[in-house]
Amino acid sequence: MAKGMRDIKREIKSKQSMKQITKAMEMVAASKLRRAQGAATAARPYADKLKEVVASIAAGTKDVKHPMLETRPIKKTGYLVITSDRGLAGGYNANILRKVTQTIQEKHTSTDEYVLFVIGRKGRDYFRRRSMPIVEEVVGLSDAPTFADIKTVATAAVQKFAEGAYDELYLYYNQFVNAITQIPTESRLLPLDEISEGTTVSAYEYEPSPEGVLEVLLPKYAETLIYSAVLDGKASEFGARMTAMGSATKNATKMINQLTLTYNRARQAAITQEISEIVAGANAQS
Amino acid sequence: MSTFLVEIVTPERKVYQETANMVSVTGVEGELGILPNHIPLVTPLRIAPVTIKRDGKVDIVAVNGGFIEVRKDKIVILAESAELAQDINIERAEAAKQRAQQRLAAKQDEVDFRRAEMAMQRAMNRLNVRQKI
Repeated sequence: MAKGMRDIKREIKSKQSMKQITKAMEMVAASKLRRAQGAATAARPYADKLKEVVASIAAGTKDVKHPMLETRPIKKTGYLVITSDRGLAGGYNANILRKVTQTIQEKHTSTDEYVLFVIGRKGRDYFRRRSMPIVEEVVGLSDAPTFADIKTVATAAVQKFAEGAYDELYLYYNQFVNAITQIPTESRLLPLDEISEGTTVSAYEYEPSPEGVLEVLLPKYAETLIYSAVLDGKASEFGARMTAMGSATKNATKMINQLTLTYNRARQAAITQEISEIVAGANAQS
Repeated sequence: MSTFLVEIVTPERKVYQETANMVSVTGVEGELGILPNHIPLVTPLRIAPVTIKRDGKVDIVAVNGGFIEVRKDKIVILAESAELAQDINIERAEAAKQRAQQRLAAKQDEVDFRRAEMAMQRAMNRLNVRQKI
């Protein structure tokens, strides 16, 4: 066997094992995606109900005053960024981090004007390398995150706003549309926008008082919004990984085909050459 | 006997959904027994067991805070976590209780102390509920 042929053979083998890995990752991501979507759907009733009650309090009582509903002059901004722990998910992390960095560069001139909350190792490492101010971080989140997993960061983000550490809080995450489409989304979490839905609200009694109930509910509501964003982010991550690994598998197949063709050609050339050498040798003898 | 629908919902899933005759909860202002056709009411809850009576049976659920929304024919309890009595893991609850006790004894700053206190309440609540069945 000629030397070139052996190299080609080795390359085919390495592409093949790579293809096996990407194929396996694709399938794993697909099954996890289904579960993540299920979790996102299961979380919806809670969020919907909270929203309904908060909206009905806001509609039923006039002049509710709560720090979380008030717009203050903006001196400092908080950003909560949701990324993944692991890579190999296509543009999942890059897209969201680019969006955040762009916004920060446009809006702020110094690191004193904003703070960051990060979920996911990728985002944490990224901001750390740029020595941007991270207040709170969560890494090593499971594939099916529970509310308790993100409670600390959610509570901290909401509480710091209430204390006046910053005057607005933005949420950055990948919104899940379907397995191949995830949109990097920015949404303003705090102060809460007017939650007004023209539904027929029943007149509730509030115990101890509308303000007292609101006091308990609003932070919970904000935390729930963060939680559903995390679940959405998880679903997006698996979707992105599935698509990325799917196309990696496709590319590997293509390369293997190309290499096999080259290999066969080289093999054929070697055989032809051998035959012509033999024939030439025979001719010379006779 | 008149009935109403009782739902207990957490961020992760719907924990409980049954038709019941009576519900008793512990609100921030005190204990509440709720029968069908109660006036619409919203109130935050304490970390305490919720008792649901239906057809002579009694269900007890460990509810961790949250709040209750009462309507004429439906009750919704929203909590960060809730477990049916039979789903409670005693060993975990005991371990949590002990952890909380240690933290309380260590006397750290105020935030940690409050957190330990809450954890203690949750653990006690779970153990209480578990012992009732």
